Amino acid sequence: MAKVPVQFTLNGSERAEFVESGSTLLAALRDKMGDTSPKGGCLQGTCGACTVMVDGELRLSCLTLAETCNDAQIRTTAGLANGEVLHPLQRAFEDAFAAQCGFCTPGMIMAAAALLERNPNPDRADVVEAISGNVCRCTGYEPIIQAVLLAARANSTSAA
Amino acid sequence: MKLSKSYFADERTDDFVEIGQPRPRSDIRGHVTGRTAYFADRTFPGLLHLKMVRSPHHHARIRGIDTSEAEKHPGVARIITAKDVPQNLYTILILIQVGPEDEHVLAEDKVRWKGEAVVAVLAETARAAEEAAAKVKVDYEVLPAVLSIEEALKPDAPIVNEHHGRNYYLYDSGECRKVRFGDAEKGFAQADHILEESYSSGPIEHAPLETSGCIVTPEANGRFTCYTNTQAMFFTLDNASIILQMPGHKLHMVGGTVGGGFGGKVDVTVEPVAILAAKLTGRPVSFIYSREEEMQVSSPRAAEKIVIKDGVMKDGRIVARQVMAYIDAGAYSRHSPYGAQKSAAHFPGPYTIPNVAIDSYCVYTNRTPSSAMRGFGVTIGDFALEVQTDKLARLIGMDPLEFRFINAYRDGDMKAHRQPTEGAALIECMQEASVIAGWPVDERFMKMSSQTREG
Amino acid sequence: MGMSLQTFSTASEAQAALGASGVRYMGGGTLVVRAVNEGDLSFSTIVRTTDPALSAIETSDAGVRVGASVTMGMVLAHPGLSYLAPAARAVGGPAVRNMATVGGNLFAPAPYGDFTVALLALDAKVSVSGSGEMALEAFLQERDSLGASALVTSVTFAAPATDSFRFLKVSRVHPKGAAVLTIAADIREEAGSVVQARIALGCMADRAIRTHAAEAALVGRPRTKEGIAPALTAALEGIDPPTDAIASAWYRREVLPVHLGRLLLG
Repeated sequence: MAKVPVQFTLNGSERAEFVESGSTLLAALRDKMGDTSPKGGCLQGTCGACTVMVDGELRLSCLTLAETCNDAQIRTTAGLANGEVLHPLQRAFEDAFAAQCGFCTPGMIMAAAALLERNPNPDRADVVEAISGNVCRCTGYEPIIQAVLLAARANSTSAA
Repeated sequence: MKLSKSYFADERTDDFVEIGQPRPRSDIRGHVTGRTAYFADRTFPGLLHLKMVRSPHHHARIRGIDTSEAEKHPGVARIITAKDVPQNLYTILILIQVGPEDEHVLAEDKVRWKGEAVVAVLAETARAAEEAAAKVKVDYEVLPAVLSIEEALKPDAPIVNEHHGRNYYLYDSGECRKVRFGDAEKGFAQADHILEESYSSGPIEHAPLETSGCIVTPEANGRFTCYTNTQAMFFTLDNASIILQMPGHKLHMVGGTVGGGFGGKVDVTVEPVAILAAKLTGRPVSFIYSREEEMQVSSPRAAEKIVIKDGVMKDGRIVARQVMAYIDAGAYSRHSPYGAQKSAAHFPGPYTIPNVAIDSYCVYTNRTPSSAMRGFGVTIGDFALEVQTDKLARLIGMDPLEFRFINAYRDGDMKAHRQPTEGAALIECMQEASVIAGWPVDERFMKMSSQTREG
Repeated sequence: MGMSLQTFSTASEAQAALGASGVRYMGGGTLVVRAVNEGDLSFSTIVRTTDPALSAIETSDAGVRVGASVTMGMVLAHPGLSYLAPAARAVGGPAVRNMATVGGNLFAPAPYGDFTVALLALDAKVSVSGSGEMALEAFLQERDSLGASALVTSVTFAAPATDSFRFLKVSRVHPKGAAVLTIAADIREEAGSVVQARIALGCMADRAIRTHAAEAALVGRPRTKEGIAPALTAALEGIDPPTDAIASAWYRREVLPVHLGRLLLG
């Protein structure tokens, strides 16, 4: 098992680890760097529970090899809050009851964050499309859609 | 959400504090920050990965198992077969005296469904475990398989599970769970119309986002800590204790955080073999189902076949009901004898019918063992009952909602399984639904009450 | 054995590395890493390239060239490829679209490979390093026998005429799900009748196929309910739809004429 070095910025911190060549970003984050916010739900690109951002783009960390992320900026849900101050999406997910078992939530929030960074005033259809790669088996999606719309409204109110 | 307080207003003081108020979930902060700890969110030095070699056949005799090549594969720590399991024969509900034991933790002489666990491979990496598992050689003699309820109940059908000796569960009441109330035959003789319809369903997988699994660590004090996502902590603890012949105080089960269960995580399929592996190797062990295993191997909701025969009067009263229900347990009991029993008690539905005869069978086939899933034994039956109810209303030319008012159970009615009805609110729910849905019913139904038989 | 990744800065170096045994080329990873995760032991080395030429999109009057490493997200973002946006958007959710490549889609087995269906209706050509340029239809038939060191570098095609290109993906889960079937059609009309038709089908075999019988049955006829009727019947010739978790072969065969009719009349 050849070990290779990987080095990237994770939620603003410089991180470097040796990983097995050919191992995934998901494994590197969870097993080597202690960030277990991305989840392994299907490991085949269907469920979206492992969704993270790589250089500002949404990616599935279960299908991304860790070695391809050298020098990248990686962001996960674990890095969204500013200390005890939640990100507007996190607050909205709490207020709108947008999580039950919680397993899809970190990936869902990253998908929603990517949407709001690109489009601060999405309509319902935009939200549905943005989370279309993320499966939730508990909520039926409606509370999640409402939470993302709520976060967008909160953002526009605070900006005004 | 609207809380309707006009119904049963005299039964309580109107001083709700919590009911009707939104309250945050106690676990929500962890969910939105990604800090909730699921069982797999833990790493341990020296962690071994367990890969299960599974049966590729629906039904086969095992002539031999050769693990010699697999044992030599680089990175392999240990191979486990049936002979390593202290008490290999088990059944979950033996804890409440629902036997017989009918399932092996690891297959011994036979496999009875495609996906049955045969050999466990432990290795340093998941990849090495996969590679070694591919080198395990199992010599199978393929046997004829029974893949449907109909095939299973044919007189000359192959026996699926020798521990039962027949392709259905034998209850203390006989070959099925029976409910008898009034005289169904007499009811049918009185009826203006008789409607007999057949309903069936396929297995349904819960597909939780988090697959079934556990991580076990051997502790310095001789105990084993098992981090698990089971929905049935004490079933798991007690069954593991029996299977491993290990007193319960040696087993420290840590759980309660489940990434979606829906009933799919109540069987005891990963913990005993993972604890055994930790014991035999002295190292932490991770056994996590792949997505394919979760979909194909974890137990689904049972396939069911339900035949309902109803006698109905022109005025809308259902006067007789006969139900023949067949619940496909798959190859092993798991929770299905209980599910079939529950279905028998449920089949009259929320309706008061004076003459009822129900037979519910728990049937064995060479399919994936089925088990619990949200209202198992009831949900598919409710589908069948409510479709049947619509058909009955249509048959006599009555509005389907008004038809349900006529037959709705009310407080004081004796149910077919001899439980008196208490606290019924079906009438009131239908009254509210009628208003909200804009589906008006005759004024006399709006004046009905669950608390009295008048009207 | 274990797994290893080799990254090359040029496509030609990557191609040279493909000759060894147990090697698989990776585009975006949505097929290859999935296979690793699911226990595919048929390869132990993954090769990829960061060659910028493979990530280029060129549009000109002469035609369009899309590099094999171009992602669905890059297709969607390109103003000159708007006719392909529905096909690119049909591939997965946003995260998958940032990973899945045009080159990789040519290898996706049914029920995947929606983008390839669109390329097939555009009569695209595939540039294969070492084998030159070949028609996509021929490539799809021969891709498994091309040799271990064949590497797709780009696809080329002519942009369709305005409003001539149609694309439809039918799935059970909305807005996203694997395909029951996928149809792409490039239909040119003159004086009220079809003069040229290219129709490609997904999920009607183990990979995307052209339905030449339906195309021939459409030419010379008006695009009306009666006019397309022979094409809908002809589309069933030679298809061999798969049975999978999404749909049975029977169901796919039953609904093909329905959806093809809607696409042609819509």
